[in-house]
Amino acid sequence: MNQASKSFALHGLVAALLVLLYWVLPEYHSGNLARILVLAIYAMGYNLLFGYTGLLSLGHALFFAAGMYGLSLSLHWLDVSVVPAMLIAIAASIAISVCIGYLALRTTGVAFMIVTLMFAQAGYLTALYLGEYTRGDEGIVLKQADRVLFNIDLTQPDTRYFFALLIFTLCFFAIAYLVNSGFGRALVAIRENEERARMLGYNVQRLKLLAIITSGTLSGLSGACYALLFGYAGATFASVQYSIFPLLWVLLGGAGTTIGPLLGCAFMFYLIDLSSQFTTAYMLIAGICLVLLTLFAPHGLAGVIRKRFLPWLP
Amino acid sequence: MDFGPHLFLALLEGSITAAVLALTAVGLSLVFGIMRVVNVAHGEFFMLGAVFAWWITSMLGAHPVLGFVLALLFAPLLVGLIAATTDYLILRRINYNPERTIVATIGVLYIIQQLTLMTFGPEARPVTAPFNKRIALPWFENGADGFTLIWPWGLGTTTYKLAVIVAAVVILLMLWLVLTRTKWGLIMRATQLNSDMATAHGIPVDKVYAMVFGLGAALAALGAVLVVPIQQAHYLMGADPLLLSFIVVIIGGLGSLLGTVVAAVFIGLSDGIISVFFSPTLAKILATLLVAFVLIFKPNGLFGKSAE
Repeated sequence: MNQASKSFALHGLVAALLVLLYWVLPEYHSGNLARILVLAIYAMGYNLLFGYTGLLSLGHALFFAAGMYGLSLSLHWLDVSVVPAMLIAIAASIAISVCIGYLALRTTGVAFMIVTLMFAQAGYLTALYLGEYTRGDEGIVLKQADRVLFNIDLTQPDTRYFFALLIFTLCFFAIAYLVNSGFGRALVAIRENEERARMLGYNVQRLKLLAIITSGTLSGLSGACYALLFGYAGATFASVQYSIFPLLWVLLGGAGTTIGPLLGCAFMFYLIDLSSQFTTAYMLIAGICLVLLTLFAPHGLAGVIRKRFLPWLP
Repeated sequence: MDFGPHLFLALLEGSITAAVLALTAVGLSLVFGIMRVVNVAHGEFFMLGAVFAWWITSMLGAHPVLGFVLALLFAPLLVGLIAATTDYLILRRINYNPERTIVATIGVLYIIQQLTLMTFGPEARPVTAPFNKRIALPWFENGADGFTLIWPWGLGTTTYKLAVIVAAVVILLMLWLVLTRTKWGLIMRATQLNSDMATAHGIPVDKVYAMVFGLGAALAALGAVLVVPIQQAHYLMGADPLLLSFIVVIIGGLGSLLGTVVAAVFIGLSDGIISVFFSPTLAKILATLLVAFVLIFKPNGLFGKSAE
């Protein structure tokens, strides 16, 4: 089997496994898994920028919130149905990622991290400032009647799970295809040696901008799906914490691997879920993980698997 | 008795913010200038300073003045030690790689914040000021019956608030003297200029880094001890000082101490004025956007020198 078909088989296997898990797991866990799948889309979007292009953004919550508010504000105030609301959400995240990408790419390194952090912070504060429409920290609860797509009620556990799985699988295969395409390879070239990529004739700025737009749009899609499936949009999702989470998931799962974001997201979700039964200070776990990961395992779970056992892991 | 006096009061409140902010931001700027790393956990060291101040004053149960003096001495020392340990255990091991340092200090931020939540609890706790005499503010008015002095006119301030401003100025002057007139300062400046060359001259760069990291955190803690009798100690209080210090350090020019102080005064005063007359959230939105645009279009800061 060559590398491409091995990779295709692996992705198919993961998707099949996730279908099976719905019948194996009790309802509480399949509900969690639906959440993890939606958040994993966010992590995959983040991974495209951080893991493959080597750009560390501390402001991805802005894109997530753009999708989330794009969908829920239009459902709540404009009285449209799910499909146009979803299109508005995606348009909003594309528009915001074009603006942020255009501005933030004038900087590099630490300055890029701080600029993205500041824009996201301004976005979060704006969501609070426009509390009249967004209801700030309290958030918007979407009506059950609004969350219906083509007569399918997305509030039921089974439809919710399979909708999340469908969107996840599409993104999963799209990313797997993308990172092996010429575009994906060029992004890796930029990560490894930007000067050299430029010398070889790649338009580095343009490729980076495209990476930010793709990554921001995936994050926005995840935000919109999250609001749609779980019926809630609040300013918390725009806060710094939600910019740190995808970084954590990707670092934990393995930056620059297609399967890493899902692994990291699931691992972290259950770690926090378990620890919050014992203490309210559950972010302590996140902090300790970040420190230990930077110290001992900068390549994450999938990175270790790739290094030890499966060198072909995409 | 309308706009003028209120502006005066806003300026006074703003200069307290500016004084504390200058101490906190100079700590961040010092660390960035010498070690070339961004410490995201800086706000948590500020919070720890306030929490330790509460702890020292309430554990002793002594006279408020004695308790406060002890807090002023020991809280920054303790925080400095914690920061130096952090440097020794974590930052030194990742070779001060700028990006990994940010990720690691985000981790440290959550660890400190959540440990405080587990031990200190979610309540806000007050610390008694060592002296707190109210003084009414004078105001001059050039009205119908000529130039008159109106005193008192209602609003006032306290002796403690004025003392905070004086203390911050004294501490900053002392820091400047240490950096420019002593052997320690010389060693730090040598490390900043070229750490390899400093190593070659027998300067223990590792120890200097640990000390600078501790000193930066201790300055933040000092600012917190000064402000805690006005503002209460709370486990989430580190977020605002962190954001404001970032803003100040970037506008002042990364690593330039004088620029940092000037920017702290500018941001502190304008924060006071905007918060009194407009919405505080709007003030923060404008300030964060200002930082982003300064970094994009003038990466050396408004007061910084051009690139070397």
